[in-house]
Amino acid sequence: MSLDVANVASTQVDATSENVTARRSAYRFLRGRSGSSAWLVNAVRLVLVVVWLGSWELSARTVIDPFYYSMPSRIWERLVDWFTNGTSQGSIWANIEVTLEEAVLGFAIGTLAGVVLGVVLGRSRFLAEVLAPFIKGTNAIPRIVLASLFVIWFGLGMTSKVATAFVLVFFAVFFNAFQGAREVDRVLVDNARILGASRWDLMRTIILPSATSWILASMHVAFGFALIGAVVGEVVGADRGMGLLISRSQGNFDAAGIYAGMLIITAVALVAEWLITKLETRLTRWRPQQSSSAAAGI
Amino acid sequence: MTPLTPVPAISLRGATKRFATRSGAPFTAITDVTLDVAPGEFVTIVGPTGCGKSTTLSLVSGLEPASAGTVEVHGRPVTAIPDGIGYMFQTDAVLPWKSVLDNVALGLRYHKVAKQEAHARARDWIQRVGLAGFEDRYPHQLSGGMRKRVAMAQSLIGEPSILLLDEPFGALDVQTREHMQDELLDLWSGTGAAVVFITHDLTEAISLADRVVVMTAGPGTVKETVPIDLPRPRKVEEIRLTPEFTEIYRNVWNSLREEVEITRARGASRVA
Repeated sequence: MSLDVANVASTQVDATSENVTARRSAYRFLRGRSGSSAWLVNAVRLVLVVVWLGSWELSARTVIDPFYYSMPSRIWERLVDWFTNGTSQGSIWANIEVTLEEAVLGFAIGTLAGVVLGVVLGRSRFLAEVLAPFIKGTNAIPRIVLASLFVIWFGLGMTSKVATAFVLVFFAVFFNAFQGAREVDRVLVDNARILGASRWDLMRTIILPSATSWILASMHVAFGFALIGAVVGEVVGADRGMGLLISRSQGNFDAAGIYAGMLIITAVALVAEWLITKLETRLTRWRPQQSSSAAAGI
Repeated sequence: MTPLTPVPAISLRGATKRFATRSGAPFTAITDVTLDVAPGEFVTIVGPTGCGKSTTLSLVSGLEPASAGTVEVHGRPVTAIPDGIGYMFQTDAVLPWKSVLDNVALGLRYHKVAKQEAHARARDWIQRVGLAGFEDRYPHQLSGGMRKRVAMAQSLIGEPSILLLDEPFGALDVQTREHMQDELLDLWSGTGAAVVFITHDLTEAISLADRVVVMTAGPGTVKETVPIDLPRPRKVEEIRLTPEFTEIYRNVWNSLREEVEITRARGASRVA
């Protein structure tokens, strides 16, 4: 993961004005071409979805046992049922809200802690050397297991899920912020020092903006982790939320319910991804536009 | 120092810089460099690759401490970055995430000048380096030469009494470089700033300087100082066509050539 991030960051930073214009026109060309055949791309996508769902539906009605594998029409029925009549655990919106709240809280706290600690350690060789084995050790723990521990510590409520989301998000953001703070161009730091920057000025105007590409890149992955943390926390033990809904469906051998829960979480994740991309574009307006944004969409 | 001689802007006495290398053996970048630069004097330093020219600047700027010898700026030993230093780096040092205006105003903002005043002064400097109309552009939208102008305005806006330039125009094409050299001379003349300018380009070194300092092959030390008695104000495109210039060029090149050959021979033996 970190390697991909490195590539994106370096291509974005290295772009010189000469090849920017070249890249831009190439980008426009690509866009123009895909623009003229956009309907074709979408049509083929639609065909793929129809073929996939159709063959699933068909085989579930003929060959495979829908009790284990369910089928699209049943999943759709379950979704309609949840949104119109509510679920066994109350209104579906309330459940989505709980899970989302846990994920967002864990994401926010985890990102903040990851950025602060990452940047501080990235700029302090001594601290980084002292803490390196502990951080590597903690990172090696299968952290998802901590969800069980958190339920014992914090109970069935929201806190234990926020904690699970936090430990997943924190490390994803921390390592990127750390690397980002390390890779700051030395000349930029020296130049700012000559111009009279204080330590805080350096942090604010040089190091944080430099590390922003890295931090933002990690946030895409981190929100996914936050959702996973919240849902797994709920599966382990909860009184509300999408994870509970899924684990109840599992208890009832209700494959359609598991699929339906999965679909809802996926939709939430896609919306969040879209919002983070918006934020990224806003924070990196100074960067040359280039085709990497298209690649990042994948 | 007798009271009659004015305090030099920069004074190096036996300055030596050693770096620790990965193998543990110290690497000596410069050794026993002794050099004075008077206020208002333009000194260029030439020398073969790797002779420690940039290291000399980093000692004067206080970015690196000297391992031995003394480094003084305006008569005071350098312990941190001294006040009134301007430094133009070899590579781009403008902040890619700030507009031209904010880049030029950066030093003033660090010195707690109010935003409005800082921007007003920055606009003035942007005009002086010929970038009026580009205030809101980001560096990636500018050419290499324009980015150098931004860097120049960024360094000069603090009105430094000492200006250090580390091959600032090395990456530019010949026409842009000559143009920038003229502009630098224009902006510098009358400011009374002491300038130390590092370059590989002997023509550049002679056409800009009051004195050219030739350094030896690394670990570098001062080999020879050549005074350049060409009249000012100068136009760099014209001055290098004069017979006086050619004469000086021959002298300096003879001195520099030996050092370049030593460096080359070392490179060749390392390859072999």
